[in-house]
Amino acid sequence: MTLPLIIYRSLRQHALSTVITAGSIALACGLLMCVWMVKTQSQTAFTQTTTGFDAVLGPRGSKLQIVLNAIFHLEASPGNLAYADYEMIKRHPAVKTAIPIAVGDNVRGYRLVGTLPELFAGVEYSRGKTYHVQPDGKIFRADQREALVGAFAAERLGLKVGSTFRPFHGLAFDPKNEHAESYVVTGLLEQTNTPADRVIWIPLRGLQTMSGHDPKAATDVSAVLLQLRAPSAGFMLDTMINKQGNKLTFAYPVGAIIAELFSKISWFDQVLALVAYLVALVAAGSVLASIYNSMSARGRDLAILRALGARRRTIFGAVLAEAACIGALGAVAGFAIYFGLFVGVARVVRVQTGVVLDLSARHPVLWICPVAMIGLCALGGIVPALKAYRTPVAESLAPVS
Amino acid sequence: MLGVTDLKKSFVSPDGERVTIVNVPSFTLAAGEQVALRGESGSGKTTFLNLIAGILAADAGRVTIDGAEMTALSEPHRDQLRAAKLGYIFQSFNLLQGYTVLENVVLGMSFGPRGADRAHARKMLERVGLAHRLDHFPGQLSSGQQQRVAVARALVNRPKLVLADEPTGNLDHKHAHESLELIGEVCKEHDAALLLVSHNEETLAHFKKGRDFKELNRAGTP
Repeated sequence: MTLPLIIYRSLRQHALSTVITAGSIALACGLLMCVWMVKTQSQTAFTQTTTGFDAVLGPRGSKLQIVLNAIFHLEASPGNLAYADYEMIKRHPAVKTAIPIAVGDNVRGYRLVGTLPELFAGVEYSRGKTYHVQPDGKIFRADQREALVGAFAAERLGLKVGSTFRPFHGLAFDPKNEHAESYVVTGLLEQTNTPADRVIWIPLRGLQTMSGHDPKAATDVSAVLLQLRAPSAGFMLDTMINKQGNKLTFAYPVGAIIAELFSKISWFDQVLALVAYLVALVAAGSVLASIYNSMSARGRDLAILRALGARRRTIFGAVLAEAACIGALGAVAGFAIYFGLFVGVARVVRVQTGVVLDLSARHPVLWICPVAMIGLCALGGIVPALKAYRTPVAESLAPVS
Repeated sequence: MLGVTDLKKSFVSPDGERVTIVNVPSFTLAAGEQVALRGESGSGKTTFLNLIAGILAADAGRVTIDGAEMTALSEPHRDQLRAAKLGYIFQSFNLLQGYTVLENVVLGMSFGPRGADRAHARKMLERVGLAHRLDHFPGQLSSGQQQRVAVARALVNRPKLVLADEPTGNLDHKHAHESLELIGEVCKEHDAALLLVSHNEETLAHFKKGRDFKELNRAGTP
């Protein structure tokens, strides 16, 4: 009971410096955990997001650009494919499913994607999960100006079943580029937590023949999403299309291509982690400075405790434990900062990419970081604890008669 | 109870000269005995008490308390002996300002063999008339009340020996008188020996047995 009392009272007596120091530790701890979790979560989320397809066939160009465009609905399409190319790959015996998509228009910043109604009739976007239309809605018909809206896009655009809208030309919203055609919303998709949530889906033919589009490209598609019958088929098609051909690009496997992107930007993670480590070191230093600076004011109290029979090692332990407690307070508050930051980052990632980061996900960093921070703070407490250890009792108990 | 033999302590002055402050060939105090030591400011009285309490290490000599030789013990054992057998009342009370009255008294017994006993600490504070001030902080009390907290803290651990260093130095005449009565009574109740040092004649007159520290201390004597 004595040691907790001494620690508690000391923290209370130096409440302002305790709060400021614990705050800086909380910031360091929260930042470290957030950087780590966003990094690992986004890496996992992006590399596992395939929307149910093994590969993407696109025009000759960057595989990464093709995947980002066709799966994540980011980036511009590197070009078009002839409809004949779609039919060729569709008929290939190694291909189980082939769904063409066409892009190039938006609705107030949300991407319009032309495709076939079959995409929503049984294709698994994730293991065991298929697209579902919310009650009272239905999938668009291939020959009508009808639209199926992703859950997030519907929420943001305020679209409901029966709503109508006019598309805008291009991937970026420009009010001057409004198309003449009007589409009616026939259904809203249930939330999938994939980039599909941010998309407004219309019939392939509708996007291909939108007013103002090049009539020569009226049958072209932007990419073809592919499900293969076996993984070996992917390597066979890779050789056939990428190595032996020079017209198309076969992006396979989707996850590995995104993983390459993360490996290219890993230096950025390292810089962020380095910054977080430095913040942690500064926080530990602030514990040292904060307690050390208060030692002269505490000298008398420590001498009184010694005069009452407290041993040097008790005083040393009390100061060390106080430093660790400041670290623990900071670590606990760090979780609040972590949750706040993570929710903010996750919202931005979802708005920008449709990928959902899971706040409830567990990772060893969520206990390693707080424990390490408490350890660092205890280390920072060693120097002031040594000063406390050496407190001269008689000299500090003035006045002398 | 207390035995002092050839106790010596010197310090190095700012000009580098070694100055002997305490040189007491012999001093004893029986169990339950109450003795006042008269001495002027700067005469080495506090140093003498600190040597007895083991707060300062002696250059030479012996101090025995209840049969244990304080001067032969290592520092941790001196701390242990002090916590177990000694109570110390300081001139400026030396209460911990960030702790409540009750916590101050509880800390007086926390490092001893009996450990913290809040119920006993409460009783001690009731005895000195502060039952209604348990959760107050020292800064919220009068000097007289702070003195009573210091008395309660010194005696809460049932010490064999109580050392009091100018215990009335910060009190007015009325409070000083009351405080000395209280210290004397409580020591008697707990059968603790009391060694009080002061330069104040009124304080010294309060005790039947008084001695002049100058007579005890040969420091400065050729």
